[in-house]
Amino acid sequence: MFTGFMVNTWIVASIVALIAGVVGSFVVMRGTAFAAHAIPQGAFAGAALAGLIGVDTILGLGVFSVIAALGIGWLGRRGRHDVAVALSLVVLLALGSLFLSWNTDYEPEIFSLLFGEVLGISSDQVAPTVVLAVVTIALMVVLFRPLLFSSVLPEVAEATGLSTRAMDLIFLIVLALATSMTLPVVGALLIFSLMIGPPAAARSVTANPMTALGISVVLSLVTVWVSIALAYQWNLPVGFFVGTISALWYAVGRAWLAWTRRRRRVAGDDVAEVTVQAAPLGRCRR
Amino acid sequence: MVPPLRSSEDAPGTYGEGAPPTGADLLRLDDVNVRFGDRQVLRDVAFAIEPGQFVGLIGSNGAGKTTLLRVILGLQRPTSGAVHLAAGHELGGAGRPRRAPLVGYVPQKVMLDPDLPLRARDVVALGIDGRRPGIGLPSRSRLALVDRLLEQVSATRFADSRVGELSGGEQQRVLIAHALIGRPRLLLLDEPLANLDLNAGQDVVNLLARLAHEQQIAILLSAHEMNPLLPVMDRVVYLAGGRAVSGRTDEVIRTDVLSGLYGRPVEVLEVQGRVLVVAGLETPDLPVVSAGARATR
Repeated sequence: MFTGFMVNTWIVASIVALIAGVVGSFVVMRGTAFAAHAIPQGAFAGAALAGLIGVDTILGLGVFSVIAALGIGWLGRRGRHDVAVALSLVVLLALGSLFLSWNTDYEPEIFSLLFGEVLGISSDQVAPTVVLAVVTIALMVVLFRPLLFSSVLPEVAEATGLSTRAMDLIFLIVLALATSMTLPVVGALLIFSLMIGPPAAARSVTANPMTALGISVVLSLVTVWVSIALAYQWNLPVGFFVGTISALWYAVGRAWLAWTRRRRRVAGDDVAEVTVQAAPLGRCRR
Repeated sequence: MVPPLRSSEDAPGTYGEGAPPTGADLLRLDDVNVRFGDRQVLRDVAFAIEPGQFVGLIGSNGAGKTTLLRVILGLQRPTSGAVHLAAGHELGGAGRPRRAPLVGYVPQKVMLDPDLPLRARDVVALGIDGRRPGIGLPSRSRLALVDRLLEQVSATRFADSRVGELSGGEQQRVLIAHALIGRPRLLLLDEPLANLDLNAGQDVVNLLARLAHEQQIAILLSAHEMNPLLPVMDRVVYLAGGRAVSGRTDEVIRTDVLSGLYGRPVEVLEVQGRVLVVAGLETPDLPVVSAGARATR
């Protein structure tokens, strides 16, 4: 499992998990999960086109995911963000199906683009993934505070001269970069789950933003590692494991949050009862 | 401390300030007009604020309060007129508005996701350098500063709580601390009392009055209900239909002045210690204009 061609798989998949854990934290915080779903669909069309005209897949992925990001940013300015995202998603998916229909030898190809093909990552895929990862992480480090600020208090950030629109667009482009490197590994339909599950679970167990980021990365790494091992062992699609394990983290996180909130409410009720007794009668209506 | 309710024969509108630059003003608006298409939102609005003054920006919904605050913040460029900030920080007029570092801002109704992984102290820390690039490594002096601000707004108790789970009044305090940590000389608050119950609202008003008094921070607070502010307001800017009159409360909240502002007879009444602005008696078919300018149109 750890020899020969599988070494590349472990390296690339770990990088992918790291990126998904970091970028995904902001996807969840900014409420752009839908865009995180749509951009890979655009990238999928790009990969299909690249296969058709015979250029490198990662080039098609990169160009199309950036186009999708810019399109969503541009359309979202003029109308509702979710509608713009939905339309971009549909148009790009339609293009993808067109390109694939023109392609003669697409069957295993389409399957791996949609659902990921972790077990056969070649050594020439490692270098571009590392480059994209370094760029993405560098951007996230630089953008960390402004992105946090404009996600949480957009109006206040705007008043200090931080353009919400610019932050929106820059983040969509970071998302596009992250997409183009993660797509060949986990697939267009399942990147989404890796970017949402671990960060959403992480934010349920801590209120500290840095801790949440760290937990998100750890969960994402564990998800990918376990998925690869199980996929290798049982010869099942890796995407299946990525999707279900991500969802599992989320379920566990929500259960934990619900439990702690309930416990606190029970403790709070005792206090409330005392207050009600102490309050003058006039205030106790309702 | 309800202002005396007088009625006089003075011509209304004379309390709108002209433009006497005293030099001590922190903020001065000169005949600011804002027009969206064919809708005139602000019409020749002019007033000035001095350091440490507590100013209420009173008007019903749609009177132009938020637009006026956005103009002061440089988020909305006036169609004509100018906003002068102390020490030559000029906004508006020609060119792109510059940001105003001496102004802190607490927006209206911030919607915070209850699951947001952010503690009250993280929100306050964003006020130090939230717009600067990088991660912002924690340092002892930063932590101490955040702690001090949290204490100033009596938020120490929930400093480490998830900010989205706090009550409206608690979130308001955190946002005030966030705005104050940049050491502004003027604090703008958009309807901070709108979503608070009476007690929480009164706490916030008292906190702001203390800040204005102790630290000489000028406060400009918008509200549709003026009664909670009457005990602490130094001045009032009363907006109706895009026009404004400003002055001391006893100069502005008067039957003659507000009738002139509304362009129709209204009456200022004092009922059980509360000030009500109602449509004049000679036109009984008109609805109540406002209870402290509450009802709209």
